[in-house]
Amino acid sequence: MIAHTRNEPRILPLALENVSFEARGMKLIKDLNCRFEADLRTVIIGPNGAGKSLLLRLCHGLISPSAGTVRWCGPGSREKGARFVAHRQAMVFQRPVMLRRSVAGNVEYALSLRDVKREETRAIVDRVLQRTGLRRLWDSPARVLSGGEQQRLALARAWALSPEILFLDEPTANLDPSATHSVEEIINAIRESGTRIILTTHDLGQARRMADDVMFLHRGRLLEHAPADTFFETPQNDLAQAFIRGELLWWKKGKDNRRQPHLNKRKE
Amino acid sequence: MTDLAAAFSAALSLVASFDDTLIEIVGLSLHVSLVAVTVASLIGLPVGAAVALFRFPGRTVVTVFLNALMGLPPVVVGLIVYLLLSRSGPFGVFGLLFSPAAMIIAQVLLVTPIIAALARQVIEDLWSEYEEQLRSLGSGPMRALPTLLWDGRFSLVTAVLAGFGRASAEVGAVMIVGGNIDHVTRVMTTTIALEVSKGDLALALGLGLILIALSLGVNTAVFFVRQIAERRYG
Repeated sequence: MIAHTRNEPRILPLALENVSFEARGMKLIKDLNCRFEADLRTVIIGPNGAGKSLLLRLCHGLISPSAGTVRWCGPGSREKGARFVAHRQAMVFQRPVMLRRSVAGNVEYALSLRDVKREETRAIVDRVLQRTGLRRLWDSPARVLSGGEQQRLALARAWALSPEILFLDEPTANLDPSATHSVEEIINAIRESGTRIILTTHDLGQARRMADDVMFLHRGRLLEHAPADTFFETPQNDLAQAFIRGELLWWKKGKDNRRQPHLNKRKE
Repeated sequence: MTDLAAAFSAALSLVASFDDTLIEIVGLSLHVSLVAVTVASLIGLPVGAAVALFRFPGRTVVTVFLNALMGLPPVVVGLIVYLLLSRSGPFGVFGLLFSPAAMIIAQVLLVTPIIAALARQVIEDLWSEYEEQLRSLGSGPMRALPTLLWDGRFSLVTAVLAGFGRASAEVGAVMIVGGNIDHVTRVMTTTIALEVSKGDLALALGLGLILIALSLGVNTAVFFVRQIAERRYG
């Protein structure tokens, strides 16, 4: 999307090695190992509190792991350093943060942080707003848009940066079906323009629609990482099987005072 | 009671007749306070934002100190500025004592902590909302500072307004460093103090009315401008 990012060296794959994250004495991510290769849509699923958002933030560098390493293995990382790596990523949050500026101003602001030339800026803003259906709202204040429009603007803002990898943290959690549909369409368009997608959701339908491969996270552990077909047809992990069948995963204090996962079978 | 009524009507006719002395005093008051608040905003807003955004050793101490300075007694500020600017003081050579400039300096010292402390609170709240998004876009605290000052503009107006309220209403500091000299450093508050002790209640009351009307008018105007702006920009 941005001319100057074409032919940049790649920063992917991304490797997480023995990554743990602790906060207030609680281990929220536990010894996680995984590798993200280029050109797939990865969907991270799992119940609330599984550590999905934390995992995205660790990957994106918003928080640092308590132990282990998050490593970008591509040539771009070796040749151009940390700033370059940070600039090749973008993230869309569950609740979009809109600046008190116009719709176009929000996109322009993001571009100004990436040192995009002023002459190029307008064309890029025009293109992303066109493709996210927001061009008629060019001058509208961003904060008074509807939830769906704000999320589309957040996507447009990320898209304008033409990142190599885009993290999305439950981008449709607060949206109705039609807004969800347009957000998913935009995500797919972003992917087609050459951006690697990593998305978290607890919406199984969305996972089925969007995933090329699936990571199943539970209580801070990566329990399964498989291609989408395999995962949905023949999940290996029993908790993943239960999750796919729509059963509620919950926890009960065991006798030894450790929390054990239990399955709450749905009556059929 | 009749005294009060008489003073009141005399005050009103004084205000209505646009008395020259009155205009001069009001004009100087506004000049001193507006310049002081402008300078204090230029210093206080970035300082407050910096304290909110940057993590440095002693940050808590600075925050507590800023908040404490909000309640700085004007007479003490006046005394300090007096000592600094007096002939034998370190800045005595500039000959600023008993001039409007000295009054502006005193009010800047008085108002800057207020604006900085209020701005710190506003910016800190904004930063907790924006931090992840801005860092994700590639902005550290340095780039975020002007961004947040701009995004918090509607709330920051209140901080500046609080500063203006303080500056226009205080009497202790300007009395000491200005000296309340007729036609030179006489402002509304010092005149009121003087005229009351002289027994000229009409002028004192007239100025008092203007002072109240001014602060009411400014606050009302800002309130509505802010409401309209917030409705427009969210």
